[in-house]
Amino acid sequence: MEQAPRDPERQLQPAPLEPLGCPDAGLGAAVGKEAAGAGEEDSGVDTMTHNNFWLKKIEISVSEAEKRTGRNAMNMQETYTAYLIETRSVEHTDGQSVLTDSLWRRYSEFELLRNYLLVYYPHIVVPPLPEKRAEFVWHKLSADNMDPDFVERRRIGLENFLLRIASHPILCRDKIFYLFLTQEGNWKETVNETGFQLKADSRLKALNATFRVKNPDKRFTDLKHYSDELQSVISHLLRVRARVADRLYGVYKVHGNYGRVFSEWSAIEKEMGDGLQSAGHHMDVYASSIDDILEDEEHYADQLKEYLFYAEALTVRTFSLKGMTTKLFGQETPEQREARIKVLEEQINEGEQQLKSKNLEGREFVKNAWADIERFKEQKNRDLKEALISYAVMQISMCKKGIQVWTNAKECFSKM
Amino acid sequence: MAGGPPKALPSTGPHSLRDMPHPLAGSSSEEAVGGDSTPSPDLLMARSFGDKDLILPNGGTPAGTSSPASSSSLLNRLQLDDDIDGETRDLFVIVDDPKKHVCTMETYITYRITTKSTRVEFDLPEYSVRRRYQDFDWLRSKLEESQPTHLIPPLPEKFVVKGVVDRFSEEFVETRRKALDKFLKRITDHPVLSFNEHFNVFLTAKDLNAYKKQGIALLTRMGESVKHVTGGYKLRTRPLEFAAIGDYLDMFALKLGTIDRIAQRIIKEEIEYLVELREYGPVYSTWSALEGELAEPLEGVSACIGNCSTALEELTDDMTEDFLPVLREYILYSDSMKSVLKKRDQVQAEYEAKLEAVALRKEDRPKVPADVEKCQDRMECFNADLKADMERWQNNKRQDFRQLLMGMADKNIQYYEKCLMAWESIIPLLQEKQEAK
Repeated sequence: MEQAPRDPERQLQPAPLEPLGCPDAGLGAAVGKEAAGAGEEDSGVDTMTHNNFWLKKIEISVSEAEKRTGRNAMNMQETYTAYLIETRSVEHTDGQSVLTDSLWRRYSEFELLRNYLLVYYPHIVVPPLPEKRAEFVWHKLSADNMDPDFVERRRIGLENFLLRIASHPILCRDKIFYLFLTQEGNWKETVNETGFQLKADSRLKALNATFRVKNPDKRFTDLKHYSDELQSVISHLLRVRARVADRLYGVYKVHGNYGRVFSEWSAIEKEMGDGLQSAGHHMDVYASSIDDILEDEEHYADQLKEYLFYAEALTVRTFSLKGMTTKLFGQETPEQREARIKVLEEQINEGEQQLKSKNLEGREFVKNAWADIERFKEQKNRDLKEALISYAVMQISMCKKGIQVWTNAKECFSKM
Repeated sequence: MAGGPPKALPSTGPHSLRDMPHPLAGSSSEEAVGGDSTPSPDLLMARSFGDKDLILPNGGTPAGTSSPASSSSLLNRLQLDDDIDGETRDLFVIVDDPKKHVCTMETYITYRITTKSTRVEFDLPEYSVRRRYQDFDWLRSKLEESQPTHLIPPLPEKFVVKGVVDRFSEEFVETRRKALDKFLKRITDHPVLSFNEHFNVFLTAKDLNAYKKQGIALLTRMGESVKHVTGGYKLRTRPLEFAAIGDYLDMFALKLGTIDRIAQRIIKEEIEYLVELREYGPVYSTWSALEGELAEPLEGVSACIGNCSTALEELTDDMTEDFLPVLREYILYSDSMKSVLKKRDQVQAEYEAKLEAVALRKEDRPKVPADVEKCQDRMECFNADLKADMERWQNNKRQDFRQLLMGMADKNIQYYEKCLMAWESIIPLLQEKQEAK
C-alpha cells in the first residue's frame, strides 16, 4: 500500500479514481477487454503487464475446508471453518501450473476483504460473498452452517468470489487482494492500516445525504429501481423454489413406500411375486434418486443467490452514487457560511474550487461507475443464461432418470 | 337331475342351472314364481335344520346350482382365453350415459345399461334400460342370496370416504360409472352368475321396482332363516387350503390398503407440488419483465414450467380416476371373498355337527342318514365353487394388476416425456441467444 491514503483529503474521496497498482490504465479500455475475455483464468494477462504482482497468469482455487476450534478476541472458545486458498501460476510455454501460495482463511476474513473493496471501489459492483447462513432452505436441507454440504457449497461460493475479483479489470489489481492471497499473517493489520473503516464512516454520512438529492440522475434511479425489483423477484423465486424442492422431495420419497409394500406383497403372490419384487426395487431407486437431483439443484439456487446478493450490492451502489451527487450540489458550503466572515470569503473561494473539482470528479465517477455497471450487466446476462441452461439440463436429466426408472418398473410389471 | 355329480356338468352347466328352479319352485308354492328362482342354500339350510322332512327331497338343489362353476379349472382357463379374444362371448353389457334426475323428494343419477346377447334367455337381441345405484345394490344382494357359494363382485362404495365430495360432480359420476360398468362386466364374464335370473331381470325389465316388490315377502322370511343359521354351529378347524385362502386375503387386503394410502399420499404431494409449480413459473415471467436480453430465456423457462404443471395435473387426474378405483374395487373384492369363506365355514360346521350327532347314535342307526349325506354334498359343492371362483379371481387379479401397474408406469413415463420435451425445447432458445452474442 505504498499509496495508502494517509492524507485526510484523500480519505474523504469516495472514489479512488486511480486503481492502486496501475495509475494510467484506461478504465474504459480495461472494461472492454475484460468483457470480451471474461474467462476466470485470463484475469491477470492483459491488465497486469506493468504490475509486478501479476506478472504471470494465475489460477486461484479454494481447495479445502476444515473445521477448527480456536479462541476469539474475547478469549472464548469458538468453532469455525477455515478454507484453504491456493494460487498457482501458469507458465505460458508448457501450460503447467506451479503452486505459488497456499494459505488458510476464514469466512470473516473474506468479509473483511469485501468490506474493504466496497469502501475503496464505490463505483464498482463488488462481487458478493456466498451466504453466511443457509437461506431459502427446504426442510431436508440443513440450516446449520457447519453442515458438510453447506460448507462445501460455501467453499464453491468463496472460490467463485475470488475468481470474480480476479477477473475484474480493476479489482484484480488491488494490493490488499493480492496480500489476501499471499500473506497469511498480518493481513488484517494491513487492511486496518488503510483506514478504510474511517472511510466507511464518511460513506455512511453520504448515505444519509441521499434523501436530500434534488436531481438524481435518471439512469441511477432506474438502476436503483431495477435492483430493488431484481432483489425482490429473485428472493421470491428462491423462496418458491425451496418449496417446490420440498414438494418434489415428498413426491419421490413417498414412492419409496411402494418399494417396501411391493416387496411384502410379493411374498404372498405366486406368479406375480417376482415382478412385484423387482418393481419394488425400482421404486426404491426412484425414491433415492431425488437426493442427487436436489443436491444439483442447490447449485442452481446458489447461482441465483449470488445475483440476489449482487442486487443488494447494486442497491448500495446507487445509494452511494446519490451520495456523490449530493456533494456536487455543495451540501457542505452552507455550513461553512456560519464561520467567521473573514474566513468565509476564503472558504467560499475554496469551496467553489472544491465544488469545481468535485463536479469534475463526480462526472468522472458517474462515467466510471456506469462503465462498471455495463460490465456487470453483461456478466449478469451471460451468467444467468448459463445458469438457466444448466438448470434446464438438470431438469432434462431428471426427466430421463424418471423415464428410465418407470420403464424398468413397467418391464417388471409386464412380466407379472 | 340336480343330484348329478358336479364334475359331469361342465358343458351343460348353464342349462342345468336354468332347469333347476322349476322343480324347487313347484315344491315350495309360496315362492314368487320366476322371481326368486334359485333359493339360497342358506334358506335351504335353515329349512333342513328347522323342518327337515319338508325340504329334504330337494336338498340336492345346491349341487345343481353350483355345478357349472365347480367344473375344473380347465374350463375357467378356456373361458379366460375366450375372454381375451372376445370371439366366443355371447353377452355384452355396457354402462354409460349417466343422467341426473331431480325430483321433489330426491336427486339421483341413473345410468343407461345396454345389453346385447345371443343367449336364448334373452328374447330380444338388444336391451336398453336405466338403473340407479340402489338397483345395482339390489342386484348384488339378490346375487348374494341366490348364489351364496359364489364370489359376487363388489359395488363401489355407496358413500364417499373422502367426505366433502360432490356426489353429482362429473368426476364422481364418471368414476362411479366406470366401477358399475366393471361390476356388470365381471358378472357377465362369470360362467354361473351371468345366467342368474335376477341378473337377467336387472338387464331387461322395464319396471324393475314392480319386480323388486314381488321379492319382499321372501326377503323377510329369509332374514329370519339366515339369523337362524348363523346362531347354529361353530367350525372346529378350517381345512388347510381354505385357511390359506383366508390368510392370503387378510394379507392381500392389508397390502392393498397400504398401497391405496401411498397412492393417495402421492397424489396429495403431487397436488401440493403442482400448487407450488403454478406459483414458480410466473415468477420467471415477472422477472423477464425486468430484463432486456434475458427476457426471452426467462419467459421460455416460465412457459416450460407451465407445460410441466399441465403434464403433472394430467398425471394426478389419471391416477385419481384410473388407479385408485381399481385398488378400492380389489379391497372390497377381498371383503366379498371373506364373506363367502365364512358362509362356507358355516356349511362345513353344519355338516360336522350333524356327523357328530350321527356318531353318537351310531348303534341305533348303522347307516349315515340321507340328510347328512346331502349336507356333505352341499359342503363339497361349496368348496368346489369357491375354489373355482378363487382361481378365476386370482387370474383376473393378476391381469388387472398387471394392467393397472403398467398403466401407472406408463402415465409416469408420459409425464416425464412431456416435461423432457418442454425442457429440451427451450435449450436452443437459451443457446442461440448465447451464441448470437
